[in-house]
Amino acid sequence: MWKNVFTPNKDIAKPLYTGAGIATFLILILVWSALSYGGLVNPLFLPAPDKIIKTAVSMFQSGEIWTDIGISFSRVALGFVLAAIVGVPLGMLMGSLRIMEGAFEPIIGFIRYMPASAFIPLFILWIGLGETEKMAVIFFGTFFQLTLMVMDVTKNIQNELIEVSYTLGARRFQLFRRVILPASLPGIVDTLRITFGWAWTYLVVAELVGASDGLGYMIMQASRFLKPDKIIVGILIIGVLGLIMDLIFKAIYRASFSWMRKAGS
Amino acid sequence: MTATPKLVIDSVGKVFSTKSGQIVALDQTSFTVAEGEFVTILGPSGCGKSTILRVVAGLEEPTSGHVYLDGKEIKGPGPDRGMVFQSYTLYPWLTVKDNITFGLDLKGVPKKEQDEIARHYLDLIGLKGFDKHYPIQLSGGMKQRVAIARALANDPQILLMDEPFGALDAQTRTIMQEILLKVWEESKKTILFITHDVEESIFLGDSIYVMTARPGRLKKNIKVPLPRPRDYHNKSSEPFLALKQELLGLIREESLKAVNP
Repeated sequence: MWKNVFTPNKDIAKPLYTGAGIATFLILILVWSALSYGGLVNPLFLPAPDKIIKTAVSMFQSGEIWTDIGISFSRVALGFVLAAIVGVPLGMLMGSLRIMEGAFEPIIGFIRYMPASAFIPLFILWIGLGETEKMAVIFFGTFFQLTLMVMDVTKNIQNELIEVSYTLGARRFQLFRRVILPASLPGIVDTLRITFGWAWTYLVVAELVGASDGLGYMIMQASRFLKPDKIIVGILIIGVLGLIMDLIFKAIYRASFSWMRKAGS
Repeated sequence: MTATPKLVIDSVGKVFSTKSGQIVALDQTSFTVAEGEFVTILGPSGCGKSTILRVVAGLEEPTSGHVYLDGKEIKGPGPDRGMVFQSYTLYPWLTVKDNITFGLDLKGVPKKEQDEIARHYLDLIGLKGFDKHYPIQLSGGMKQRVAIARALANDPQILLMDEPFGALDAQTRTIMQEILLKVWEESKKTILFITHDVEESIFLGDSIYVMTARPGRLKKNIKVPLPRPRDYHNKSSEPFLALKQELLGLIREESLKAVNP
């Protein structure tokens, strides 16, 4: 059972592996409980676990949280889908045509280091405080990274796979559709999964200013009225939503790319 | 054999420009391949033998010289020259059958005809019943057999093979050589085959071109005095062993040059 626990790169017993993950969670909750129930921390800063659960239950029961979740989700989804619709084809072209890489890689590589949040005042100036501005922040936060990651995926296609396609008679357009697209699809889906996770992290930033609904707004309001329990519930909801999306992407990946597994279809 | 050669390589040379200067990968090289002939090119690693094949495939432009296939100059890659690489190049998202018919599908050959051709080649390479498998489920030898079938299904004028069995273990390699000979005898294709394996070059070839170390140049052309059809018994015959001795000597000379230039 305890064999190889401290040997690098060696597999360990499955229950040990799963147990370690659960233990980490438990320890976190234990420390939290000790701090709050033990009276070591003012409940104004860190409410007890049962208080969080009660708050969460009442928030879901009253129902207003659902509207916030729906609005936030649609902001994240729309901003992200827009970024993907532009970023995936652009990234693929940059990964396969050197002229496109030469034209766009320097500027995108530069912009991606600019903080999306710092652009909020500009976005407000340009497009006002409406939904478009929220989506713009999420778009800005994900588009550049996503495009560069898709470029790398496409660039890493084995060169011989392209060459053999030419010797089989593929013309340029056929090469894109029949070889480059299917060869980079798994990597693209994985890139989308990762960048969608980042899109959530820009949500709160997007709803920081000029919002009157959404999870980020709810968290800001809770902070204003000194309700740390609501803040924590909001953060947990965003975390769980992100996790669910991650699982959905992984399921799509497994279902679509059975050819990557030895067991086949 | 016809009077006009199938493939003409006319003083083809290749120079690569690098930061540290120019590297002559291939010195001016000329030779011809007759219709239906199996020609092997034998040389030490890094002698530019792959460069010849890549120029014929149209994947690389020569710095000098010309290549003609059936009298027509080669300007770029095309389906008239099938290629099998050393690395595995099957499309992992396609089944074995769809890999084989990939070129036919690009050309718009009717599905029914595609199925027939696929069945024929699956049978020929001994992979009947594997049509619905994905490449990840195949062994290295099986993958290369499918790659050969895929190239042949396109009915090319010539088959170019760049050390196709180089990544396989010795036992699999000898079996693959016999399968390839069977396929060649059946399909009557012209084959240009690159290898650094002396036995392989003799066992497969009608004619062997031995190359020098960098800069690559043709050193010697040897006709293989073995009867057809061949099987593994030929590998222990007197003329085979004599030729092997001679070639090992030639290659050793060149390999030494490559190690201590």
